[in-house]
Amino acid sequence: MILIVAEHNGTKLAKSTLEMVTAARESGAEGPVTLLVMGQGVAPVANEAAQYADQVLVADLPQLAQYNAEVWAAGVTQIAQEGEADLVIIGGSRSGREYAPRVAVKLDAPYLEDAIKLSANGAVVQAQRYTFLARVTETVEAEGNVVVVTAKPGSFNPAQPTGAAGEQYDVELDVPAPRVEVTGKSVEKTSRVALTEADVIVTGGRGVGSTENFATLVEGLADQIGAGVGATRAVVDAGWRPYAEQVGQTGKTVQPKAYIALGVSGAVQHLSGMGKSKNIIAINKDAEAPIFKVADYGIVGDVNQIVPALIEAAKQR
Amino acid sequence: MKILTLVRQVPDAEARVKLSGNSVDLEGTTVVIDGMDEYGVEEALRLRESGAPVEEIVALAVGPQRNEDALRTALAMGVDRAIHVETGEKLDAVSLSKLVAQVAQAESAGLILVGGQEADWDSQALGAATAERLGWPQLTWTNELRVEGDAITGRHDVDEGNESFRAPLPAVVTTQQGLNEPRYPTLPNIMKAKKKELRKDTLEQYGVEPRVRTVSAEIQTRARLNKMIDGKDPQVAAAELLNLLRNEAKVIA
Repeated sequence: MILIVAEHNGTKLAKSTLEMVTAARESGAEGPVTLLVMGQGVAPVANEAAQYADQVLVADLPQLAQYNAEVWAAGVTQIAQEGEADLVIIGGSRSGREYAPRVAVKLDAPYLEDAIKLSANGAVVQAQRYTFLARVTETVEAEGNVVVVTAKPGSFNPAQPTGAAGEQYDVELDVPAPRVEVTGKSVEKTSRVALTEADVIVTGGRGVGSTENFATLVEGLADQIGAGVGATRAVVDAGWRPYAEQVGQTGKTVQPKAYIALGVSGAVQHLSGMGKSKNIIAINKDAEAPIFKVADYGIVGDVNQIVPALIEAAKQR
Repeated sequence: MKILTLVRQVPDAEARVKLSGNSVDLEGTTVVIDGMDEYGVEEALRLRESGAPVEEIVALAVGPQRNEDALRTALAMGVDRAIHVETGEKLDAVSLSKLVAQVAQAESAGLILVGGQEADWDSQALGAATAERLGWPQLTWTNELRVEGDAITGRHDVDEGNESFRAPLPAVVTTQQGLNEPRYPTLPNIMKAKKKELRKDTLEQYGVEPRVRTVSAEIQTRARLNKMIDGKDPQVAAAELLNLLRNEAKVIA
């Protein structure tokens, strides 16, 4: 069995889950594609999952109301063992890459991290992944009765519904009490499309100038063209924008169809988070900014003048 | 409490990485202590300086000879002692965690600090895998850390936003930019560091073998159009860019 741990927001599957289904189906691994849905009150998610998977395991339990690395690792390990999974696929989100290594240790399985391609031939599993701050693409290989993989978001095409309804089974999990107590939460809500799911992203860097300019220029353009909003480390550190919008080595990794960088210089750490975007568009007043080296389209100019003109022009249609 | 802090020597972020045959060749590449690990070294020192009961801070590196420089940096920053497991073997994080757990037990460490993501293998797995082997809780992507009795408190980044936490010690904490500003080693401290213990171990002592093989490596650079638009007239430039995005790249409606 191929066990995929569904990523969802409590009501809906994340795009990453559909990507993992594709990764599983195209891998050549044998056995039914099985989605494990963990959480509390997740019946709608399980129903949606049934459209994509051969079978759905539903762990709808009060102990799963809140994500915790040790709880998730224990639950996934139990299901992998009971179902004799050959391949366990976990999302390459921050949380996924936090508990997946624990699952690998518990299962005594090799772990292929952040795969952008995946193929299985019997017990041998091969993956491609980026290394050296995404400057190198390596092919890695492991062999085992079970192999644990995380799939890099945005690397596989989202699966389409199969047209049949996968069988759903309720499962009980024996999970430990969490030892890490969450004493406070700052969750940034946005009405815009999630960064890792956006086709187009408008990102602002320090060159934007201020919090106010960020709202006018970056958010203004994003809302006009229906894009997600990103920010550089410098902008987040300056307190202009929330961490959830950060793109780069210490933030999110994105690969949208179009990445529009406004006043972004293009430090290596930033490039490692967005350098795989299909089209990169840069507007910066510094013609020497490294971002132009990776740009498909570039304008050397003042964002304060060009972006308002761009918003105006985009309105006219 | 003893703190174990993990370091590695990696290519500088701005350095060019090259291949020879089908693997990465670091010969001639500028290498530095991994920035993410450096925050861990600094944090260990700050915890001690802030009055937390830290008996000793030990730095550990596993890898080829060049890693000795990362340990020298850590010693010069103020770490008490260093262990270098010298090996040319490339160990995946989950295998490496077996070794780290053994060292942590031998040293009776109560806190392990390690960078949130390695700048060479782009792996985030070592902290979590080590925590699992030791049966400890872990906090990843931490940007605030305090020791309060037999617990740690602080703040760390999660999928969306961040959380404040409280967890019992012993624990593994992964570090990142924003946690602190690492100090520069002063000349007297660099001199002093030369007298500090730097123990050399072999991989055989730990009986750890890699589970993941690297089959090949390539450097793929996506060919970019590099079409530059003159920005002198903002209206003209904006119209031209929009036209290209709509009709050539076809990325916006």
